[in-house]
Amino acid sequence: MSPRAQVYILAALLALMGAGLTIYKNRALGFPLLPGEYRTVWTIEAKVRFIGEGGPVKAALTLPREQRNMEVLNESFSSSGYGFNVIRDNDEYRAVWARRSASGPQSLFYQLDVHQTPGAPLEQPLDLSTKVKKPFLGAREQEAVRMAINSLVDTARERSSDTRSFTTQLLTALGDTRNQDRNLIFGYYKDRSLVDVALTVLAVADIPAHRIRGLYLEDDRRRLDPEDLLEVYDGERWVVFEPRSGSPGVPKNFFIWQRGGKSLLDVEGGRNSQVTFSVISNDVPARDVSMMSTSKEKEALVDFSIYSLPIEQQSIFKLILLVPVGALVVVLLRVFVGLRTSGTFMPVLLAIAFIETRLITGLSIFILILVLGLWVRFYLSRLNLLLVARIAAVVVTVVILMGAISVVSFKLGIEQALTVTFFPMIILAWTIERMSIVWEEDGPYEVVVQAGGSLLVAVLAWWVMTNRYVEHWTFNFPELLLVLLGFILIVGNYTGYRLGELMRFRQLVR
Amino acid sequence: MGVLGMNARNVNYIARYNDRDKYPIVDDKLNTKRAARRYGIPSPELIAAFETQASRRRVMELIEPLWQFVVKPARGSGGKGILVIVGRDGDNYLKPSGAVVTADDILRHISNTHSGLYSLGGKPDRVMIEALVDFDPVFDNYSFEGVPDIRVIVFRGFPVMAMLRCSTHASDGKANLHQGAVGVGIDLATGKSSHAVQRGLRVHRHPDTEMPFDKLQVPGWRDLVRLAASCYEMTGLGYLGCDIVLDRKRGPLLLEANARPGLAIQVANGVGLGGRLRHIESLDLEQLEKNVEERVTYSMHQFAASNTP
Repeated sequence: MSPRAQVYILAALLALMGAGLTIYKNRALGFPLLPGEYRTVWTIEAKVRFIGEGGPVKAALTLPREQRNMEVLNESFSSSGYGFNVIRDNDEYRAVWARRSASGPQSLFYQLDVHQTPGAPLEQPLDLSTKVKKPFLGAREQEAVRMAINSLVDTARERSSDTRSFTTQLLTALGDTRNQDRNLIFGYYKDRSLVDVALTVLAVADIPAHRIRGLYLEDDRRRLDPEDLLEVYDGERWVVFEPRSGSPGVPKNFFIWQRGGKSLLDVEGGRNSQVTFSVISNDVPARDVSMMSTSKEKEALVDFSIYSLPIEQQSIFKLILLVPVGALVVVLLRVFVGLRTSGTFMPVLLAIAFIETRLITGLSIFILILVLGLWVRFYLSRLNLLLVARIAAVVVTVVILMGAISVVSFKLGIEQALTVTFFPMIILAWTIERMSIVWEEDGPYEVVVQAGGSLLVAVLAWWVMTNRYVEHWTFNFPELLLVLLGFILIVGNYTGYRLGELMRFRQLVR
Repeated sequence: MGVLGMNARNVNYIARYNDRDKYPIVDDKLNTKRAARRYGIPSPELIAAFETQASRRRVMELIEPLWQFVVKPARGSGGKGILVIVGRDGDNYLKPSGAVVTADDILRHISNTHSGLYSLGGKPDRVMIEALVDFDPVFDNYSFEGVPDIRVIVFRGFPVMAMLRCSTHASDGKANLHQGAVGVGIDLATGKSSHAVQRGLRVHRHPDTEMPFDKLQVPGWRDLVRLAASCYEMTGLGYLGCDIVLDRKRGPLLLEANARPGLAIQVANGVGLGGRLRHIESLDLEQLEKNVEERVTYSMHQFAASNTP
């Protein structure tokens, strides 16, 4: 195979790999393609309060179930002086706090961060019992109430075709304050909620049903009581109903805490126990959300990447990952434009220094050091020194110049000039040496051309490297470097003219 | 359009026809000189070579009796670091421009060269001291201060294009076209000037001496082309530029060979290299195995100015 074909195949493979990994990270792991994407993360805090009676205390709180469209990013428990563990009990997780003796008001906290993802909220099938426990409506129950319930069931059944529409009809009737039957029932069950009554009526109608406890995620809610939904078995699957509207489906923003009917909180050895919730929303960078959710599952692509490094090293890598982009700029300008620079990749190093120093400060410091350095170098050239010693002397001069610039500018109150230390000294010294040779051999014009070319490339590279999209892509999708590598390989095969050559050979074309 | 661009030169010709392991023969002028002697190719006489940093005494001993010599870095590029001494003024030395150079200046130059100031990548270098070529006076009127040399591009053993580089006042006696030297395209068939260019513009007379270029004729042209063609066997490089000077007595001498010859020759000739290179590439194997003499004959016929559209 010819080298050219190999290059194209290799470049295509690299580009495919890079693009594939990028798409995977974006689609499957949720890394944002564009910078500045924020996701809403809800922080939910459950506060358990009770009054200790002085003896041993045990409080058990049901923890939220896995929910498909809510991703739990983080959970934490806090309770000073309490022993704590999580137990699994009949398909449910419960947090258990225990203490030998507690008296007076007690507070226990459970906090979790969740992030809403698209998708159906509940998984099917649910292996909850579909047995119906007929409510006992015996002698103690008034005949009128039983009649009212039966009448409600009959009316709803008449006006419906299946379990779903039956439930909707029933809930509508239970919400209608003009309905005589409904008023009678609620008059009897004074201390019961809508869902309680609906469960009773559904049991009479022989339909399996249970309650769902949860919260509506709305920003800045405090001391919330859990809200209830109704879940009904229609013979094949479980369907959730919002009791007030009677419409099927889990409402948007509803965070399911407990599914199925047991207690939410059990406290032994305390009284007046209650659990309240508060909800706060935070806007968190999308990348952080992806990082949090993938770190749990130990996604290899993320776990074996620079994200696993300490933060300090990561920030260094943020800079290093920009170098290939700078190199690409150099390649493009040299291959397609034909700019002359002093030292092939020296402009990239300059550009990196500019990132730290800001452009204008960096440019002025660089030109200042270059001019002063050239001036010193011209004197040194008259001293008949060996080359290595002379360059070392220039290095020392450059260091002294940097020190002087820092101190003088600091005294003058120009703190930006302190960033002078980001310039690569050795490179500066060599640049000065080369420039002085170019000056001697080819004259000052060539020095201006080469220094100007280098600065132009450096500024362009700086401009590209500080682009927020480029910064975002290089750091969050380092696999894009493979695409870049493929592209550079293809550019390396370019045999067409450079922009500068169109000028140079224009006479020949005619 | 047959103009060869830098990218095409690098990818299609240099990378494809020049083996990396043969570069040392041309990149180091001492190696070139040795190879030339082995192949019987004449080149300027080597007076001495310093492999390592030479002591002051040794250098002084050597240059003390000399009146005319050239100090060169073995691995210099683009004519950098070449110091030409054409005469003496007491203890001091004279450059072609008349500038005075002291012995200390020469010592410093040698020391710098050793340290790699003029070599690619700043690697430590060797220094050679050559005899000054006794230039053939035919070009005296076509050159200001410096001495013209002839560049011939040889592709797979076939000379494909030639030019004469004449220094001018503007180029400060240097033969670099981008510094203002005149590039004169030479017709491969006859050795006569076919086209001349200074700073990208066509000229008909030398800007300093006012000599018209159409009277220019390189003497012993066929010998010169043959010398260039034989460099192919010597270096083994497929795409090659040979720099040749004319000595009054010895005729053409090989100054140096270059594995990455520049593209200015196209401007000097007003003709692109691309078409000629592709013509050679289209030859079959049998034709490529011709000897030097046959190749020269073929090229002089094929690439004659009268034959080029």
